[in-house]
Amino acid sequence: MCVDCGCPSPDGKEHHHHHHHHSHEHAHRHEGRTVRIEEDLLAKNDRFAAGNRMLFREKGIFVLNLVSSPGSGKTTLLERTLADLKEKVRFAVLEGDQQTSNDAERIAATGAPVRQINTGAGCHLDAHMVGHGVEAFDLDAVDILMIENVGNLVCPASFDLGEDHKVALLSVTEGEDKPLKYPHMFRAADLMIINKTDLLPYLRFDMEKCREFARQVHPGIEILELSCQSGEGMERWYEWLLSGARDAGRGTRHG
Amino acid sequence: MVNIVIFFSGPVKKAQKRIMHELGITSSIVEIAERHARDQGAKEVVSVTVAIGELSGVVPEAVEFCFEACTRGTTLEGARLIVERIAGRGLCHGCGAEIPLDIHTFACTQCGALGLQRVQGEELRIIEMEVD
Repeated sequence: MCVDCGCPSPDGKEHHHHHHHHSHEHAHRHEGRTVRIEEDLLAKNDRFAAGNRMLFREKGIFVLNLVSSPGSGKTTLLERTLADLKEKVRFAVLEGDQQTSNDAERIAATGAPVRQINTGAGCHLDAHMVGHGVEAFDLDAVDILMIENVGNLVCPASFDLGEDHKVALLSVTEGEDKPLKYPHMFRAADLMIINKTDLLPYLRFDMEKCREFARQVHPGIEILELSCQSGEGMERWYEWLLSGARDAGRGTRHG
Repeated sequence: MVNIVIFFSGPVKKAQKRIMHELGITSSIVEIAERHARDQGAKEVVSVTVAIGELSGVVPEAVEFCFEACTRGTTLEGARLIVERIAGRGLCHGCGAEIPLDIHTFACTQCGALGLQRVQGEELRIIEMEVD
């Protein structure tokens, strides 16, 4: 035992303070105990996400986490999808925004059960919020749960909510290089939807470049082009959704 | 009328705005360290060492910025935050090369193939702490 700082000497021998230089730095290095921790910083979120996923699987619900910049058309896509598939699918929607219940009111007008989660100054939804968010729903009467994340292409990428897929929306007014600018998000997403294609005649948006950039960041990403205004491309989106919901309902989903 | 849930989660006081995901990450550091400090019967945490990978999407400077605010009033108040930055490394399934990787590198620098497997750099971990 070191008499100056009380630390156990590593070689089991006594220090010889009066015979050797004993640096100040050494004394400080040993003033406390070192505790090994080795814990993942996202472990808590991941635990909640795993719990959500287990619940969704048990109930056979297909769950999507919609992410995009603000204004890419997430809510409009949901409104149209909910209205068009009303007869085929039972939806529930979680709306994430920092403030207001405007989006939830738009969704409520379609007749689907919806819950607004206001994150205050928070920039993303986390798995804990989603777990509480779905408590209000009768999950036995839900085929597809849509989680509209806070409009932000950065933070939501790191947080698993227990979804089957992250779906990233990009509207043609945003520029084709978004996947390169926000690679974390486009890497985390399984499907990219290029929205507002009805505006293409008025813009210099290079569709091929956009697809190429997305595949550079994430070679396996699926890509759909559509317009919620003109309805162009919506059929393929509905096929994608219905096939996912079928697999989830049967418990034969992939991945 | 729509059902609204309002979340102000975590140990961060209301006045401090959660403007970035690093704040949530920093709150996790404090939460985990406090739990271990309690288990160890430590009065004070002198320093905390965390590993942040360069491909993790978390900016070390932002964590450092949040640390002081998040530790206020906890056993970590005044503790030093030590960040070990872990460089990104990728494995190319095209040519088998293992190459340095940053977040903007998508193609193998040796053969040009896409779809590099990340083998290092996504770490977000609290490694150890020094307690009194």
